[in-house]
Amino acid sequence: MSILLNQTTPVIIQGFTGRIGSFHAQEMMDYGTRVVGGVTPGKGGTTHLGKPVFNSVKQAVRDTGARASVVFVPPPFAADSIMEAADAGIELCATITDGIPAQDMIQVKRYMRRYRKEQRMRLIGPNCAGLISPGKAMMGIMPGHIYAPGTVGVVGRSGTLGYEAASQMKALGIGISTSVGIGGDPINGSSFKDILELFEADEETNLVMMIGEIGGPQEAEAAAYIRENMSKPVVAYVAGLTAPKGRRMGHAGAIISAFGESADEKVEILQEAGVAVAPTPSELGSTVASILARAA
Amino acid sequence: MEIHEYQAKEILAQFDVPIPPGGLAYSPEQAAYRAREISGDKWVVKAQIHSGARGKAGGIQLCRNEHEVWDAANALLGKRLVTHQTGPRGKFVYRLYVEAASDIEREFYLGFVLDRATERVMVVASAAGGMEIEEISRDKPDSIIRVSVEPAVGMQAFQAREIAFALGLESRQLAQAIDTILGCYRAFRDLDATMVEVNPLVVTAEGRLLALDAKMSFDDNALFRRPNISELRDKSQEDPRETRAADRGLSYVGLDGQIGCIINGAGLAMATMDMIKHAGGEPANFLDIGGGATPERVTKAFNLVLSDESVEAILVNIFAGINRCDWVAEGVVQALAKIDLTVPLVVRLAGTNVEEGRRILDQSGFPIITAETLAEGAEKAVAAWRVFKTTTQPGGAAS
Repeated sequence: MSILLNQTTPVIIQGFTGRIGSFHAQEMMDYGTRVVGGVTPGKGGTTHLGKPVFNSVKQAVRDTGARASVVFVPPPFAADSIMEAADAGIELCATITDGIPAQDMIQVKRYMRRYRKEQRMRLIGPNCAGLISPGKAMMGIMPGHIYAPGTVGVVGRSGTLGYEAASQMKALGIGISTSVGIGGDPINGSSFKDILELFEADEETNLVMMIGEIGGPQEAEAAAYIRENMSKPVVAYVAGLTAPKGRRMGHAGAIISAFGESADEKVEILQEAGVAVAPTPSELGSTVASILARAA
Repeated sequence: MEIHEYQAKEILAQFDVPIPPGGLAYSPEQAAYRAREISGDKWVVKAQIHSGARGKAGGIQLCRNEHEVWDAANALLGKRLVTHQTGPRGKFVYRLYVEAASDIEREFYLGFVLDRATERVMVVASAAGGMEIEEISRDKPDSIIRVSVEPAVGMQAFQAREIAFALGLESRQLAQAIDTILGCYRAFRDLDATMVEVNPLVVTAEGRLLALDAKMSFDDNALFRRPNISELRDKSQEDPRETRAADRGLSYVGLDGQIGCIINGAGLAMATMDMIKHAGGEPANFLDIGGGATPERVTKAFNLVLSDESVEAILVNIFAGINRCDWVAEGVVQALAKIDLTVPLVVRLAGTNVEEGRRILDQSGFPIITAETLAEGAEKAVAAWRVFKTTTQPGGAAS
């Protein structure tokens, strides 16, 4: 099984007809994702990549039964697109767009709170690679072929570091149930804890790999959740041991500003919660393998 | 993006925050003239650099006549100030702000930040002004007042009153305090700031509230809609390597090591730097060249990394997802044809079409050391750096 996404999930693409949206929509369809259409305001009624284009998300949902969307809309307009998806009843929205202003994301998060928790759209990202349930479907920009299907859940902030983990695992014959990129922005849709909850409840996920980085309170929050609520083993890695304090390391969120936000402190907090922390990024796969062997 | 104190004060004054009279000076003559313009009998001459803790570094001087203003300006202009926030390279003083000095009765800290835990704007205030917030939270944690702003309606006057009363301000200062607190909030919200700090906010001997120092930083992601803020950028305060990178659309942070890094993706870049350190080396930089590692971007990245004279080896680590390793390899080969590489180069490719990519590197005729895994890449880079260091005269890498 998998979390959030499988081959039956009907998906629309917001920013469908743009260069980037088109390229990745085709990749997703080739991988097996059930793309049922897309939204580009003003181009409704046309067909793109053999799928219908709609003027609004509401119309797309009404005509196709779409339940999930992938957002490729440029940063100045992306927050608006996310709120439109939430308003149209989309259940899962992966926002790939990098560079959304932080205050726009504050507005988005506040807007989504108008809905009761069980009706609230689940936002993944922004500034993320999206999510993939290997062998079934993907909503994002990752290279599908580096993921093998299996029973390890992966959640991480970084795209390429997630690829590194997936390929190390594949080389060791370890497969993935679902891999979720939560993105590198300071204010994001889903936290580590949000995704860990889903993996804990997923019958076919046996172990979770969590790939964190410097900055922000979410790894510490995840550690508290793991200690209190997780029955499944968790393997982690935290990038940024060499990062200086107060400097932004590429991701807008990767900046050390408070206690518990440096890589050393996060590693310590996670280890205290019983998490096996990979000592280096070249041991992501082997650490998972050793914990799996111990559990077997 | 960071701006200077005088720029922050000009902005905040437009939002009704009270500031002392002051003016900018680029020469000792201008500084003395400013002092005369402002009038009064004492002034502070303040070095304008992008850093806090300027006072401890000698960047703020109290003067009692125009000659002292002239002398202070003369001593500060062109000087390199090193504070714990500037790093060892320090920052050069090219502008001064001359301001009327105030008789201070009480000092407060007032700050506005994006709080990631609550995903809201958080106001932080303390009656322990003049200290840095890190010191206050360590030494006087109980003195900190926190107020979270509901994003749907923005900050309300009652919240400003709560802060004012918690700081122990008197009734006659209340109206001014509300103006100041709400003014800072509106500046934060309207201009896409990520931080507004007034430290200290003071009550003068006459019982007036004044923002004696001000700092603002802005969300780089929002600059597209804040052209007036972009204009305030002062490149003289940035690491020139980082300025060059930003102007070329690359994400670069200069560090103090010797192994230059060219990597796609911020997380993988941080992880690779960690791996270099683990292998016994020190990274010279963080550099994320982004998803599409085209030949143009790879060439730019090489030029950027090599412009740092302390670089004595380069590690390229590309995980080709959307793009393909053979394209990246061709990019590396094309870049090498254009530049004169004198330091060892290790390239680790992974992902789509990796065999083809390695074949291109091997057959290129350039002395490229290839690696299959992240660990191997870092180890080979450190090993090559050690060999280079022992066989080359100091400075040989800079040619």
